[in-house]
Amino acid sequence: MRPGGPADAVFGMVPAAVASPGTVTEAAELLRAAAGHGFAILPRGAGTKLTWGTPPDRCDLIVETTQLDRVIEHAAGDLVVRVQAGLTMVRLAAELATAGQQLALDVPAGTSGGTVGGVVATGAAGPRRLRYGAPRDLLIGITVVLADGTVASAGGKVVKNVAGYDIGKLFAGSHGTLGLITEATFRLHPLPEAAAYVTVPCAAAAGALEAVRAAIDSQLAPSAAEIDRPAPGLPVSVCLLFEGTTDGITERVTRMREILGEGARAGEAPPAWWGRSVAAAGATALRIAFAPGALPSVLDAVDETAATLSPGILRPAIRGSAGAGVLEAGLTAQTPPDVAASFVAAVRRRLSAPPGWGDLPGGSVAVVHAPAEILGRVDVFGPLTAAELMWAVKNQFDPAHLMSPGRFAGGI
Amino acid sequence: MGGSTNGAVAPAPATAPAIAPQLAEIVGGANVITDPRQLRTYECDGLTTYRCIPAIAVLPETAEQVAAIVRACGTVGLPYVARGSGTGLSGGALAPADGVLIVTTKMRRVIEVDAANRRAVVEPGVTNLAVSQAAEPFGYFYAPDPSSQVVCSVGGNVAENSGGAHCLKHGFTVHHILGLQVALPSGSLAWIGDGTCAPTGYDLLGAFIGSEGTLGIVTKIVVRLTRLPQAVRTLLAAFPSTDAGGAAVSAIIGAGVLPAAIEMMDALAIEAAEAAVTCRYPPGAGAVLIVELDGPAAEVEREYARVLALCEATGATEIRVADDPAERAAIWRGRRAAFAAVGRISPAYIVQDGVVPRTALPDVLRKISSLSREAGIRVANVFHAGDGNLHPLVLFDDTRPGEAERAECLSGAILDVCIEHGGSITGEHGVGVDKSQYMPKMFGPGDLDTMQLLRCAFDPTGLCNPGKIFPTPRLCGEVPGLRRGAHPLVVSGQVEQF
Repeated sequence: MRPGGPADAVFGMVPAAVASPGTVTEAAELLRAAAGHGFAILPRGAGTKLTWGTPPDRCDLIVETTQLDRVIEHAAGDLVVRVQAGLTMVRLAAELATAGQQLALDVPAGTSGGTVGGVVATGAAGPRRLRYGAPRDLLIGITVVLADGTVASAGGKVVKNVAGYDIGKLFAGSHGTLGLITEATFRLHPLPEAAAYVTVPCAAAAGALEAVRAAIDSQLAPSAAEIDRPAPGLPVSVCLLFEGTTDGITERVTRMREILGEGARAGEAPPAWWGRSVAAAGATALRIAFAPGALPSVLDAVDETAATLSPGILRPAIRGSAGAGVLEAGLTAQTPPDVAASFVAAVRRRLSAPPGWGDLPGGSVAVVHAPAEILGRVDVFGPLTAAELMWAVKNQFDPAHLMSPGRFAGGI
Repeated sequence: MGGSTNGAVAPAPATAPAIAPQLAEIVGGANVITDPRQLRTYECDGLTTYRCIPAIAVLPETAEQVAAIVRACGTVGLPYVARGSGTGLSGGALAPADGVLIVTTKMRRVIEVDAANRRAVVEPGVTNLAVSQAAEPFGYFYAPDPSSQVVCSVGGNVAENSGGAHCLKHGFTVHHILGLQVALPSGSLAWIGDGTCAPTGYDLLGAFIGSEGTLGIVTKIVVRLTRLPQAVRTLLAAFPSTDAGGAAVSAIIGAGVLPAAIEMMDALAIEAAEAAVTCRYPPGAGAVLIVELDGPAAEVEREYARVLALCEATGATEIRVADDPAERAAIWRGRRAAFAAVGRISPAYIVQDGVVPRTALPDVLRKISSLSREAGIRVANVFHAGDGNLHPLVLFDDTRPGEAERAECLSGAILDVCIEHGGSITGEHGVGVDKSQYMPKMFGPGDLDTMQLLRCAFDPTGLCNPGKIFPTPRLCGEVPGLRRGAHPLVVSGQVEQF
């Protein structure tokens, strides 16, 4: 344990201490002791996603997972790996690749991808979520430490397992508010023999939706269907990823190009924008989740809101998983905070019409990351369905509200 | 039975029949069953060794009615249990003796097939197969396909997180649900999940699916639909032994091929299937493997060639390939009939469900074989070879004294073997009442305690399907977690403890 310093600050809050347990038992003792003093705890892996979410209410102790960084067991024959939460995604990928396997989660190109624990806690996923899902879909076992020091495991190391409640899924995407993730077990996939990308420019969102639909309906089974649109009025680039056998890819790509028509190009490398956030650090990125068929409505909502609020100033970039129904909208770092805040609220209002099944929300708009001045002015996560139930869960797992207080949806 | 908690509501002592008039007001008199002869229909689910006739059964037709029933039960402190088609194999729908059985068979509308968004909304009583049938005209299907899919309900699938033969590639129910409307134990109707792949807040959807009806009752289900594969290739390969079959499976997985399904049956299971449905699997085979590949034709053809070569290389004595849907159905007929088929070669049987890491299968099968010999009880093995999910069928003659007990004992010993090898006590049938005694063998006290925090959040009064999954219910409202070391107040010096 050491005192916190300026480099440890989270949204300007410098923790009193930073601790780095070397074992799960040490982590449990640490949290139990911290609970005795009522310390608010923030888990930290590589710190790549610490700026995601709302600034915490309090931050007394940062618990670093960097010493919990081992591959505990890689059962290649079973396509299963069990790791400690502080292992980085890049190091895990390297280990698994030696056996021709992968944890099928994309990390942003050119980064360490953060730690396994951070990826699970934030539910981070990339283009290939269309085929493989998000971290929760690949997680088969977990070990956590609760705020009072209780160590608990759920799931196991076999893919088929319905014994007990799936606490792993509960913790996935919980942003550190239920407890500290110390170990995770995942199901793996074989690394594909080959991959290819097919790109086609579309004049507008309607065309992009048609292209994405054509790709999925084609039965050629793309692993990803992404779009990129740098600013309103510019063409929408659609890019599809195909994975499989070398010869199989060749056939499928040829067929896909036939279906998409002129303008469709194939290549072995992804476009430069592939898998990267639409907004760099210091800029603002929104995440919009929607039913895939609503793609044109989402782009219209973003562009028309921008044009109404601040024509010429707001020119949002859009990028992401059109096939799966998750996009990012990006505002530049120069966007005035009040304009950015109004934009978030207005887009959210515009997209909030339910699809006709009672009060099923049908989608969401959340701020992934933004400068502090903007975060202070917006509702980062937006309205929360089943808020009462979520608070009930929080109050059971962390009754003293010590784990990342205030970081999450609904004020949790 | 009932809530033994210091939770929110202090339940008033009541017996179930007293609530009948109130239930009749909610669902109409015709949908309230109090006649003992009619109630016998509901005395067990697919696990017939556990029977309990409910005091009352109700058949709601709308989500609002379900919520009202839950409220009515909550007000007087009566336990309630949901039942779909009653095909469950762990007694998850075992009725409460002095409580209300809520049967969802009248809630069977396919509300909408939303092909543009690759999803559909259905009521919980819709059968699993009916979802795929409704989606088929649009070129889609609902991927989780338990063998009982003609009968089993999607609501039940949600409760058990059902898989099916094709879950090796396509995943389980939890991978195919985008939203649930739930009648919560609090009495309100709420949506969890928002119909998209990235909802805000906690993944309550992931926690609810597979919770075996203990956290609430599903009233509407938004399912993800999957594009029908361009090509399907099915082959049946006979091997001299399960070891040889297992080696073939290892070779296939090791070659980087991920089939949609890999099933194995041993000689005894084959014998039973033949007696039941005349599937004409290769006679004398020590094991048969069914491998199914699906996906783009360009990939399936190449994968199929590899699988064929690997089966030959690992000693397949005969390989049959399906060239059309009729031949495909013929290959699957024996496997699909396997559980019921053993009834042809044995007066009684136990269907067990356990999981081991796939690579441990040869050892585990040997161990089961040796336990079977020691006990003098036959075991037929059917299993999902791709993911290590075993279904040992423990065969016995219940007219012979002691055999039923020895069979139960053997069935339990098999679960112990699964746990020893780092597996699970249930791969898809659930814990229910049948396996709650095994939960402490698989999980520690802290693990079970922590899981039950979830239960306390959803159902503090413990009325929703009580007595299932956990052998010892947790008291809600007590401070969670085990006490180890000094109380925090002692540590901080505020109190002394004597």
